[in-house]
Amino acid sequence: MATPIQRLEVTLDTELESVDLAENIVMRVAEAAGFDQDEVHKLGMAVREGVVNAYNYGNAQDRQKKILLTVEFEQDQMVVHIVDEGNGFQLEDVADPLAEENLLRTSGRGIFLMKAFTDELAVRRGPTGGADLIMCKKLPGPKAGGCG
Amino acid sequence: MPLQGTCREVGDIAVIDFSGRITLGEGSAMVRKTIRDLISNGRKKILLNLADVDYIDSSGIGELVGAYTSVRSADGELKLVYLTKRVRDIIQITRLFTVFDVQPDETAAVRSFR
Repeated sequence: MATPIQRLEVTLDTELESVDLAENIVMRVAEAAGFDQDEVHKLGMAVREGVVNAYNYGNAQDRQKKILLTVEFEQDQMVVHIVDEGNGFQLEDVADPLAEENLLRTSGRGIFLMKAFTDELAVRRGPTGGADLIMCKKLPGPKAGGCG
Repeated sequence: MPLQGTCREVGDIAVIDFSGRITLGEGSAMVRKTIRDLISNGRKKILLNLADVDYIDSSGIGELVGAYTSVRSADGELKLVYLTKRVRDIIQITRLFTVFDVQPDETAAVRSFR
């Protein structure tokens, strides 16, 4: 992974308010980075879904646990990490919400929306064994990049 | 903006005008309670006007799906009308246009109930 040029790190409590807070932080940062309003909205929503995932599933709403939000700017992309203190998961184990048999499920669309609203989504194991959700979004401009 | 909902009647149809965000927490809970109350009051025809809903997340979408299945289970009909672009986009990419009956306007929606 490339060395970040700028980095912002916020430790969030495992509470519902953290979802809005994380979304707002990332939207402001994305706006300052020059993303247009539509992309800012999508990034905010992707991060919202990531923090909801950490709050609900990773940390299982355990207030003793924390959620680490990191935003890094590399030369040509913005990279967001959302790290929880749960047991981790693998993307391939997540059911496809577009499959006919899953359409009427009331949950399970968060990961799909994160994928839809970023250029790349990866999940790794975080330092405490939880999930490290990594979202990449190319910065506005002609250069191309990728989740390293 | 927190979600607000007002209920009005058009014939035997309950029209709920929602405004605000349908997201995890109060927004989703409000949709759930509104639908539950309507079903327990015997309402079978429910139209959700989402003209002033400018934001919905996966929890909100899940809540709409839950509302749809609850109303169907009670042998009723639930329809959506006046979707904003953002809500429409989310419903489109999640393939829920194949599930929800989305009507173009209220007149058409009212006519479409059985």
